[in-house]
Amino acid sequence: MTKSDLTRRSLLKTGMVAGAGLALPTIFTSRASAFTNNPTGKTVTFGFTVPQTGPYADEGNDELKAFKLAVKHLNGEGDGGLLQTFSSKALNGTGVMGKKVQFVTGDTQTKTDAARAAAKSMIEKDGAVMISGGSSSGVAVAVQALCQDAGVIYMCGLTHSNDTTGKDKKRNGFRYFFNAYMSAAALAPVLKQMYGGERKFYMLTADYTWGWTQAASMKQFMEGEGWSMVTDVRTPLASTDFSSYLAPVLSSGADVLILNHYGGNMVNSLTQAVQFGMRDKMVNGKQFEIVVPLISELMAKGAGKNIAGIPGSSNWNWKLPDAGTKAFVQSYGKEYGVPPSQAAQTCYVQTILYADAVTRAKSFNPCAVVEALEGFKFDGMGVGPTVYRKDDHQAFKDVLVVQGNEKPDNEYDLLNVKQITPVEKVMYEPESEFFKGGNLGQCNPGA
Amino acid sequence: MLGLSKKDLMFLMIVTALTLAAPILLNPFPESSALAQFNAGYPDLMQRIAIFAIFAVGFNILFGLTGYLSFGHAAFVGVGSYATIWMFKLLSMNILPGILLSVTLGGIFAYLIGFVSLRRSGIYFSILTLAFAQMCFNLAYSVLTPLTNGESGLQPELSDPRILDAARAGGTVATPNLFGLGMNATWKVEALGRVFQFNAGYYVCGVISVLMFYLALRIFRSPFGMMLRAIKSNQHRLNYTGLNSRPYMLTAFVISGMYAGLAGGLLAAMDPLAGPDRMQWTASGEVVLMTILGGTGTLLGPVLGAGFIKYFENIFSKINDTVLHSWFSFLPKWLEDICVAIIHPFVGQGWNLTLGVLFMGVVIFLPGGLIEGGQRIGRLWRRKPGGNGAPSAKNAAAE
Amino acid sequence: MDAILLQTLNGLDKGSAYALIALGLTLIFGTLGVVNFAHGAVFMIGAFCAVSMNRLLHLSYMTVDPTKKDFLGNPMKIQTPYIEAWFGHDTGAALLNWSVPLALLLALPVMIVVGVVMERGLIKHFYKRPHADQILVTFGLAIVLQEIVKQIFGANPIPTPAPHALAGALDLGAMIGLKAGAVVYPTWRMIYFLFSLIVIGGVFSFLQFTTFGMVVRAGMADRETVGLLGINIDKRFSIMFGLAAAVAGLAGVMYTPINAPNYHMGMDFLVLSFVVVVVGGMGSLPGAVAAGFLLGILESYGSMNAVKSLLPGIDQIIIYVIAIVVLLTRPRGLMGRKGVMED
Repeated sequence: MTKSDLTRRSLLKTGMVAGAGLALPTIFTSRASAFTNNPTGKTVTFGFTVPQTGPYADEGNDELKAFKLAVKHLNGEGDGGLLQTFSSKALNGTGVMGKKVQFVTGDTQTKTDAARAAAKSMIEKDGAVMISGGSSSGVAVAVQALCQDAGVIYMCGLTHSNDTTGKDKKRNGFRYFFNAYMSAAALAPVLKQMYGGERKFYMLTADYTWGWTQAASMKQFMEGEGWSMVTDVRTPLASTDFSSYLAPVLSSGADVLILNHYGGNMVNSLTQAVQFGMRDKMVNGKQFEIVVPLISELMAKGAGKNIAGIPGSSNWNWKLPDAGTKAFVQSYGKEYGVPPSQAAQTCYVQTILYADAVTRAKSFNPCAVVEALEGFKFDGMGVGPTVYRKDDHQAFKDVLVVQGNEKPDNEYDLLNVKQITPVEKVMYEPESEFFKGGNLGQCNPGA
Repeated sequence: MLGLSKKDLMFLMIVTALTLAAPILLNPFPESSALAQFNAGYPDLMQRIAIFAIFAVGFNILFGLTGYLSFGHAAFVGVGSYATIWMFKLLSMNILPGILLSVTLGGIFAYLIGFVSLRRSGIYFSILTLAFAQMCFNLAYSVLTPLTNGESGLQPELSDPRILDAARAGGTVATPNLFGLGMNATWKVEALGRVFQFNAGYYVCGVISVLMFYLALRIFRSPFGMMLRAIKSNQHRLNYTGLNSRPYMLTAFVISGMYAGLAGGLLAAMDPLAGPDRMQWTASGEVVLMTILGGTGTLLGPVLGAGFIKYFENIFSKINDTVLHSWFSFLPKWLEDICVAIIHPFVGQGWNLTLGVLFMGVVIFLPGGLIEGGQRIGRLWRRKPGGNGAPSAKNAAAE
Repeated sequence: MDAILLQTLNGLDKGSAYALIALGLTLIFGTLGVVNFAHGAVFMIGAFCAVSMNRLLHLSYMTVDPTKKDFLGNPMKIQTPYIEAWFGHDTGAALLNWSVPLALLLALPVMIVVGVVMERGLIKHFYKRPHADQILVTFGLAIVLQEIVKQIFGANPIPTPAPHALAGALDLGAMIGLKAGAVVYPTWRMIYFLFSLIVIGGVFSFLQFTTFGMVVRAGMADRETVGLLGINIDKRFSIMFGLAAAVAGLAGVMYTPINAPNYHMGMDFLVLSFVVVVVGGMGSLPGAVAAGFLLGILESYGSMNAVKSLLPGIDQIIIYVIAIVVLLTRPRGLMGRKGVMED
């Protein structure tokens, strides 16, 4: 077989003849539209892929609740939540561009293969025009690439790897969540202030894109503060027993343990580290400390008393005093009886931001939406003014440094906001060390 | 013709026809009806069914004919996938080099693993294959990260060399294609209230799976196939006749490994990302489930099993409470709630429960799988199961 | 030296779980000749006995405290466990604190019943079927059991802490005269190891020193002859199945403070414990125990940083490498009998 000039168009022509002869006496139209899954009926479908099993299942369930709430608010049910405080007033609770919002959900199992399969069937079978979700950067990177190829918008949920908007950034993908670099930049000065300038740290790192970039960022910033690294040990994402990784820590000469773990991994590794007596040992004449660079409320809940006093960073916290946060906590709390987590806030905000961008662009066409979101400045969603940078589709806003609450007032009062690091302190150039090598490419409207 | 008996030829023709018409047959319900939920005629699912049918048919050549239960075939799928993605990265987005390499590598890996594992039989063989596959999985996940990109999965990127493809303008990675025909090219036809999707990728998978089916058919009917069955019925006796059965076993193992490699290659060609999870032992377990559920040792059984499991996985897992309530909305409220509560555990997130129950039922009551079920029903209705594949399958099972 | 000692401890504690599960598997295989893929699920059910006990003890009634506010600004609702109301605050709190050891009392009868029901209800019908069928039907059962647990308890791990008194760590280094702080190991994991020794010892003495055990051992060696002597060996074997389930279940209960139980934990252990059984030798009880501890210790040594820098990735594959080497050099495993499972 030689390389022929068989083009798609000519093949379609032959295919059409064959197809016509195949079975159908009545062919009405060939579906023609400018982009993938153009919603032509009275409804528009969003696809939410969240982990419902696996180490990040807790976060996934919270994300799903937030998505459902966002869809309610978009369709004008409930109290409107953040739509009241959002700086853009394009949305009015009548769905998106007059179309009622529907959604489909799928389980990513915290695995890239399963996540791609779920997203693919949403696009091909259910006609989803936007995909959101994902609680693992591995999954987010994989699904973002799929959405780029298929020509739909991907609004990243919980993904904290530098690569999502660095090496693996895509024109059709947007990230509201902060990233590993920002965490490290915000956390390093606080850690130095808390624990002193000369510390030796030992890292356990989840072995995938997020863990790698988180470890690299922490190493760079902590060494910048005069700390030194003893070693960085990679642990498989699926592991649950960290004892063999934790056993050598206390006798290694390190006096700080940094856990680059998230979700169920972190709950297990922190609990087990505490079982190893790490919180009440003195090493090198200093109190041994544990640091978890990325903390969420759900992890704090899973870790229970062990979280008390542990420092880390967060994208958002329900105890923030601004109007947006208050509105969201009221709305979510009434619906589900618990305060929302940062994962919930991110997914809620992403859904609203997408709907708003469509309304402002007056089109579901991904390219129009991309244009509406690039460089978009907004406020009123919690954490203050935010901008979606055009060069890498990363949202820039203030970063919270949090600490496990030593004396919680109630069962949800688990984290204290220790400091709000202003956005200038965590800003970086799109092509700086941890983010270079990527290319947004062109927006892809698909069909 | 084609070296087949008249009956087999008929059988093959029917399988071919079903494969080609799948986009229509799998979309029986109009878009607007509540039953549209059950339509399976969209590219991703059809591709998966065809690919896993290849995998299961290949697995059946080993397990069905010789009775050796391998718990490590997923490793070959993984190897095939990685091989294809690497061809995408290095050579070209044309799927042909990748698929050829995936079959070759699947064969080589199967030879190496089979050579060692076949020194033992019974459960020892199963554990050896399992151990090898888990080693591959764990290594792909950890130290082989430069080759596999670990947990995140390997995918083609803009910065790859891709020496045969000219850099495409526009800054996007080209879709995998066969000489310019994109695997995601779909021709949608709206007719009779339904949307039929004729997808290039599916037809590539479909045609290959028919070819592979034909190959399996020839193997089943060949003296070589007969030899493999002899191993299953009594390997000791065979050895005492002075025949060395191991080369036959190894050949069967390598053939099934190549089938698995091909399946892996096609998976990566349809969706250019290879994650390590497809090598895990649970993935090997899945192909065992497919083969048994459909009917071990029959030709059509594994295909049925693959279709059945993939259908359940993709369709039943999507039925949530909202859908259930809409089905029973015609009932009084209390009755509706009861019906939903009864069905709820078996659909949506609970589809695995349905699968487990069905699987146990098949093992307990229908050791011959769905094929045997079909035959029993056929006998029950006293109607000759004319040309639906059962007769030849039955012949195969009887031997 | 410290590092080796630490990893040995770690290996013994990992090995305890492997050994206990493998022991149960071997009991079933040795007596009934059934390969039970649902055994991991039984371990998981044991762990969920601990969760259930915890939930039972935490059954609470609600009072509204108008002086405090919850996060929405409404009056705070306060949950008080009944058990604290009945037995007084201190006794109640102590009971809650010791819920995991208490769960052993619940798990023992529950697991024996689970085992006997499994054997009488399903596995009995598979004695005459091929091993492959046994594997498959028990595999199906494992899926069903874990899905049921998932429906009841959800997919997320449920933290189930050890009693406070046993939650800390022991400085073993200081105890045996090494530098203080060099060998520190969690108390509960040490208890887990001791517990596994007690259970293993118990099972062996039961088989060795009781008439019942003697008959069972005789039945394992030659089932037909024992049957001909007029002994109802089937009934005894089905009790052994219950015993095997109890061993796995108790192992599951005690494992919960080490790792928060989730519905999938059985599958994670199943593959490893099968490797353990085969390495030890199918049907050999001492083999299963020895191989369990051996593989646990070697796995821990493999994850030492010094070893890993020498052989990257070895910690991930060492168990499988050993399994392959053992099977190729000693076809029947370390202590296996001839003729078991070879056809």
